[in-house]
Amino acid sequence: MKFGVIRFPGSCDEIDALDAAARVGEAVLLWHGDRDLQGVDAVIVPGGFSYGDYLRAGAIARFAPVMDEVAEFAREGGLVLGICNGFQVLCEAHLLPGALLPNDSLKFIFRQVELEVVNAETAFTGACAPGDRLSIPVKHTTGRFYASDDELDRLEASGQVVLRYALGHNPNGSRRDIAGVRNERGNVFGLMPHPEHAVDPLTGSSDGLKIFESMRAYVGDPVLG
Amino acid sequence: MSATRSSASAKYRELGLTDHEYELIVDQLGREPNAVELAMLSLMWSEHCAYKHSKRLLRRLPTEGPHVLMGPGENAGAVDVGDGLAIAFKVESHNHPSAVEPFQGAATGVGGILRDVFAIGARPIAVLDSLRFGEPAESQRSRYLLSHAVGGIGHYGNSIGVPTVGGEIYFESSYEQNCLVNAMCLGLAPRERLIRAAAAGPGNVVVLLGALTGRDGIGGASVLASAELGEGDEAKRPSVQIGDPFSEKKLLECCLELLDRGLLTSLQDLGAAGLTSAVSEMASKGEVGIDIDLCQIPLREPGMEPFEIMVSESQERMLCVVAPERVGAVLDVCEHWEVLATPIGSVTTGDRLRVLKRGAAVADLPVKILVDDCPLYDLEPEPPEQPLYRPPAAVLSGTEPSERVLVTLLGSANIASRQPVFEQYDPVVQSRTVRRPDEADAAVLMLPSGAAIAVSIDGNGRRVACDPRGGAAEAVYECAANLACVGAEPLGLTNCLNFGNPEKPHVAWQLTEAVTGLAEACEQLGVPVVGGNVSLYNEAPTGPIFPTPVVGIVGRLPDAARAGRLAFGQEGDAIALVGPFDPSQAGSELAKLQGRPVAGRLPPIDPDAVAQAHREVREGVRSGALRSAHDIAEGGIAVALAECCIAGSVGATVTLPNGLDPFGEALGQGFIVSGPEEALAEMPVIGRVGGTELTIEGELALPVSELRDAREFGLAKLV
Repeated sequence: MKFGVIRFPGSCDEIDALDAAARVGEAVLLWHGDRDLQGVDAVIVPGGFSYGDYLRAGAIARFAPVMDEVAEFAREGGLVLGICNGFQVLCEAHLLPGALLPNDSLKFIFRQVELEVVNAETAFTGACAPGDRLSIPVKHTTGRFYASDDELDRLEASGQVVLRYALGHNPNGSRRDIAGVRNERGNVFGLMPHPEHAVDPLTGSSDGLKIFESMRAYVGDPVLG
Repeated sequence: MSATRSSASAKYRELGLTDHEYELIVDQLGREPNAVELAMLSLMWSEHCAYKHSKRLLRRLPTEGPHVLMGPGENAGAVDVGDGLAIAFKVESHNHPSAVEPFQGAATGVGGILRDVFAIGARPIAVLDSLRFGEPAESQRSRYLLSHAVGGIGHYGNSIGVPTVGGEIYFESSYEQNCLVNAMCLGLAPRERLIRAAAAGPGNVVVLLGALTGRDGIGGASVLASAELGEGDEAKRPSVQIGDPFSEKKLLECCLELLDRGLLTSLQDLGAAGLTSAVSEMASKGEVGIDIDLCQIPLREPGMEPFEIMVSESQERMLCVVAPERVGAVLDVCEHWEVLATPIGSVTTGDRLRVLKRGAAVADLPVKILVDDCPLYDLEPEPPEQPLYRPPAAVLSGTEPSERVLVTLLGSANIASRQPVFEQYDPVVQSRTVRRPDEADAAVLMLPSGAAIAVSIDGNGRRVACDPRGGAAEAVYECAANLACVGAEPLGLTNCLNFGNPEKPHVAWQLTEAVTGLAEACEQLGVPVVGGNVSLYNEAPTGPIFPTPVVGIVGRLPDAARAGRLAFGQEGDAIALVGPFDPSQAGSELAKLQGRPVAGRLPPIDPDAVAQAHREVREGVRSGALRSAHDIAEGGIAVALAECCIAGSVGATVTLPNGLDPFGEALGQGFIVSGPEEALAEMPVIGRVGGTELTIEGELALPVSELRDAREFGLAKLV
């Protein structure tokens, strides 16, 4: 299992994601200007402030040369995980539904939050059970998940809502407490919380490791959908 | 004085030079400086760059120790943390810019201290901030400064991917006009990657990296940082620089790659006084000359004057010296990181800094006059005869029951939870953070070997205002005590001395006494000073700020997995009071809430007994015998106990030793520890963990939930 973690100018969490992925498989950095995904089995679009997040969070990164390859990779069914800024980039690239708006506090917020696994039958949560609670930190200014009511109904009905903030833990005003969603096909997943910062009890929690373990298990045995 | 000289006098006085200093310059040069040279000299001879009122005093601080790799004089100090690794660190002020424009002032304060650290080859791994504002309940301006300064710190630190792991904030009316924003940065480097700033090798190329040079921050060091603030400071806003963390992130990665590949001879950041300072420091340390070609410098706007280019404080720039055969490789790395890189000059034999424009020198100065010849002044200290500070407004009358006092203390601006502020910073990026703010008295960061470093920053200005020598010593003890609580032993110290106008005798006295107190405490604890910063002239028409030495200490613990916590962890655990804790109410938070004058000597410190207590706590944490450790600071033992209960969501019942004032203070000398009965057998046990209330026998009993509410909402409702 080989993970590729994209590094944009302004990425901050790419090394954290690389190290987290390396706990369950091989992991390499992919440069934003390269069109080569180096034969990886899964792509991680990491957190940070790609291109300074100028204009709008994630809006410039979607035009990076490497993102053409990521879109193609996703069309072919490859696993793509977007964390925080990566989630924003994937929404901007229309690889994921919905949009991320400024927090209702309008401020950056760091908090260790509890998440509820809504759908445990995905390539990204297969190692969890439905209803599992994961303790994972959030840190962002632009993390309020938004979609129209119809769209939200559709996402919920089709199992695309993968993670919710547990009751009382919604840090940003996300609609219906949504913390993470996948695409219709199920191979692209984005979440605002940072599983790569929750892979070692010494630094707070190891619950985030389950996301990476799920991906490895899926690539080894892709029966879940 | 000649006719020409008197016509120049308006100019040099405007730039902050005295008549005497100008005379010295003319004597040394054998001629009058031209306008470009005068601009350069006025900055290099400013208090901010030349430390002319503090340098002699600072020689009292001990700077040598077994772990010191780099001491004062480099961009940052560095200590050896074992396994071939070094920690570089430094604290610096950005007070005056933050008072004028708090968001950008604080943001560029963080940006500047980060550059100091990666300039010596270390990757920034942590930031801490020490902030001071006026009373938030009384002052809308202070609430504005707080919220914007915190926003600026978060904007820069969060965006560049360096965790903000700690810090402290105090509110006192003496900071109403002069807020303090001190930022500390720690960097991690393989020992052999540490690099000094000395230029070397005539013929080598001087390359400017990073942002375009613009008109921002012109004269910041002299205009803002070396004079008192007063009316009309709005007009100084253009002197505040604008920060761009995205540019700095690229610059940081680029510089570290250049160093990893061994492509640089030396590296220096551009901070106060811009190119002038960077070039002359590099030349001075390397004992060489440097020629700078103004026409090569990429400018943000057309029509910039030579003096503007030379003193611009545009952010996110670095200067390096490169052997000619490596210039191509350097430019390639810079292109990869999308960092602008331009050869702008060369190292020369000789001792002159020459600024050339189309081949003609527009400035030609001996390096020595820029760096070494600024006169140093002796202070003329005089203890004040009248109190310098007005007593604070009374919130308590002194007749309230102890329950009411404790709840008021926990909710007071200086003691309440910092969560509303810390929540705006990312403390976990880079995945090293073992103890976040509120989990322990010091931040703890894991090293690759499984060992860890710990860091804390401290300084209570009100106590230094009462007793400058004792208060400054306490800051050192307090900071070291925080490290002991996580099991760390101090390796080195950095400080930022924030004071009023040193030309006034009572401020000179505060400064002299405080430095003496710092020096004594450092010697007693065996902690060397590896660097620091001085910020003077923090003074408004209403008077000086509280004298505020801020102390940051870095220490090491052998096992990250055993880092201490402050929370009571287990029902039934014994609680002990460790240390020669003999508090008084002088300079205490309680005295402040009761509106008492800022006066009184602090309790004397017994250095040997305190050092022994620090050792005892440190060893108890390291061995795992103690389940919690917390030092007794502002608000006394009652507040310390409440904090341990709140953090652990559990109650406690204690009996204080006879006559011990539950709200009296003596910082850095006493600890509340808890653990299994048998582990505390040798310690003076004062009670037990358990239940849902904090009970101090004969004094007070309160539900922990009520204590938590008071502490949690105290600051939140003010900001």
